[in-house]
Amino acid sequence: MTDYRLLITTTISNMNPDNQSPLLAVNNLKTYFQLDEGVVKAVDGVSFDVHPGQVVGIVGESGCGKSVTIKSILRIVPPPGKVVEGEIRYWPQKQATYEASGFDGSVDLAKLDPRGKEMRSMRGSEIALIPQEPMASFSPVHTIGNQLIEAIRLHQKVSKKEAAEMAIERMHEVGVPSPEQRMNAYSWEMSGGLRQRAMIAMALSCNPSLLIADEPTTAIDVTTQAQVLSLLKRLQESHNMAIIFITHDLGVIAQMADYVVVMYLGRVMETGPADEIFHSPQHPYTKALLESIPTVHSASRTFLPTIAGSIPHPFNRPPGCPYFPRCVDYMPGVCDQLTPIIQPVNPKQAASCFLFSDAAEDVEPATVKSKR
Amino acid sequence: MTQLIVKRLLLLPVLLFIFSVFSFIIIQAPPGDFVTSYIAELASSGSSMDQAQIDALRSTYGLDQPLTGQYLKWIGRILRGDLGVSLDWQKPIGELIGERLGLTVMLGLLTFFLSWALAVPIGIISAVKKYTLVDYFFTIFNYIGIATPTFMVALIAMWLAFSWFGVSVTGLFSSEYVDAPWSLARFGDLMTHMWLPVLILTLSGTARLARIMRANLLDELNKPYVEMARAKGMSEWHLIIKYPVRLALNPLVSTIGWYLPLIFSGSLVVATVLNLPTIGPMLLRSLTNQDMFLAGAIVLIYCLLAIIGTLVSDILLAWLDPRIRMES
Ligand SMILES: Nc1ncnc2c1ncn2[C@@H]1O[C@H](COP(=O)(O)OP(=O)(O)O)[C@@H](O)[C@H]1O
Ligand SMILES: [Mg+2]
Repeated sequence: MTDYRLLITTTISNMNPDNQSPLLAVNNLKTYFQLDEGVVKAVDGVSFDVHPGQVVGIVGESGCGKSVTIKSILRIVPPPGKVVEGEIRYWPQKQATYEASGFDGSVDLAKLDPRGKEMRSMRGSEIALIPQEPMASFSPVHTIGNQLIEAIRLHQKVSKKEAAEMAIERMHEVGVPSPEQRMNAYSWEMSGGLRQRAMIAMALSCNPSLLIADEPTTAIDVTTQAQVLSLLKRLQESHNMAIIFITHDLGVIAQMADYVVVMYLGRVMETGPADEIFHSPQHPYTKALLESIPTVHSASRTFLPTIAGSIPHPFNRPPGCPYFPRCVDYMPGVCDQLTPIIQPVNPKQAASCFLFSDAAEDVEPATVKSKR
Repeated sequence: MTQLIVKRLLLLPVLLFIFSVFSFIIIQAPPGDFVTSYIAELASSGSSMDQAQIDALRSTYGLDQPLTGQYLKWIGRILRGDLGVSLDWQKPIGELIGERLGLTVMLGLLTFFLSWALAVPIGIISAVKKYTLVDYFFTIFNYIGIATPTFMVALIAMWLAFSWFGVSVTGLFSSEYVDAPWSLARFGDLMTHMWLPVLILTLSGTARLARIMRANLLDELNKPYVEMARAKGMSEWHLIIKYPVRLALNPLVSTIGWYLPLIFSGSLVVATVLNLPTIGPMLLRSLTNQDMFLAGAIVLIYCLLAIIGTLVSDILLAWLDPRIRMES
């Protein structure tokens, strides 16, 4: 029987202009690692929505908390990491995920037991993952077929034989040549590109509504990268899935995403439709990121112009806006004192910056000076 | 797979030959020979032999020949299945060690299986429940198991059994069964004696293995394939048993090769303390008395066991890990 306490029915989100309920709404998510040396605030107040069929790109430099964000959504944050605050509302799309038929509510994944049956029935079936390292993410001592069949049978009541047929069909769909033979292969017998395709086949095997791809092309060579990206784009359209696409490469975001979330040190700096982010970036960090993209004219990929300064150590996070030490628009007395809250900048974009709004986290509310 | 086994089996005679040469040399290495120590023994009991008698004794045993000749004669007999006669006991060696060997192997295998059966689950639980009360409990248990010499445990066990129950727990048979022919009753009697040495030897074996298992599994638990299995929606125990445990077993299996002979030789001290009719104490005596044929035969059997142990562990490894299977 379903535990209805978990199914908090909400009215349709007002954040959403076309009046369609989102698929996922992350609200003020905080995931901390309590270490002996101190607390690592890997994710510190992240909010964004994902709508059905939408591709949301999360971009940010390495170490800014992208992977921890999606691990929080899947509730697979490794200990000592913990989701300490916030909501992860998800609107299940399958009747089977919750036996309750015809409800139109959401589930707060942040409130579920990470090891419980409810959360496990979400993973793979509703929300599937394409991991960062396909090589290490397959078991080296089990065949690809074994692992695909297992993924299928975890959420679908089919025989081994039927599951094997489904797995072969999936591998065929993602462009793995002679899939029947690959079923008996081990991950280390395949090329990087094929391995990632097999991983995509596994992620698709239960028809998820939300696919999370965590830097899916970092481990493979450039030519194969392009193929995998166009494959993902094609699959997203044919399955009408939503995708959260994580990368540190704005070029990939431009190619894939409808909507962009720019992260820095565990916080969202700016959000907006891809067109707006690329053509009229608002936040100084977004602008700096865009300037660091190599153009056709730049000589070589190895001499990437980067943003001045480096990411502070996670333990000694500066007070105030996390970006102020590197920011060109740094306003002394404001940015280093108060932490900005993300606010709409125009009808389409939102940014977390005192250039646009005085809204600050309520540490010392009265002292905000207007600086516009 | 079969190719691997065949290859290993073909290697077996070569290895045995090399080992036989070395064990023969090592046994001959101490100054003097069996006759020297025999004379010394006679002298200590007040009697003596004249030179003619001594020479006659040496030539009957072939001790007056050069080493290579002695070796060839010895190995030639062994190849014909004749282990020779013990100089010390004046009995055919096959007859002398047959039962002892059987009991030793039985003791060793029981210890082996029991320590695996205990160590693997203990290692898994300690790793999965790292830094909890259970883990600390087993960590302490492992320290005690490794740090306490087995003969010490044997002595304590003997003392406890004697002071609490008034029974003597030495030997493997009650007096009425020592020389009796094999029967169900004798086997039952053996079992009532066997459990204690098995338990004593298992204690240190389990501790060692459990520590290895815990460390291996801790390494594996952080691997991305474990996270992926979680992201698929597998239940925690199911995925732990299927993926990381399977991989953590590999290094453990590779210890079988040296672990098996270690059980046989490692039980020597315990066997001496508990007065067990196993092969260890007999080897010790044959070495002190320079009973070269007996010592040679036992050392050769140990080598054979070591080779078998390595073979078994190689086969198991290849069966567990396809990467190893592909290499060979
Ligand atoms: N298992 C962990 N233990 C401690 N800190 C962690 C762990 N995983 C991630 N972190 C910290 O969280 C921050 C964000 O990491 P991550 O989400 O992996 O970054 P990325 O954006 O590159 O995916 C980093 O500062 C990292 O040090
Ligand atoms: Mg990452």
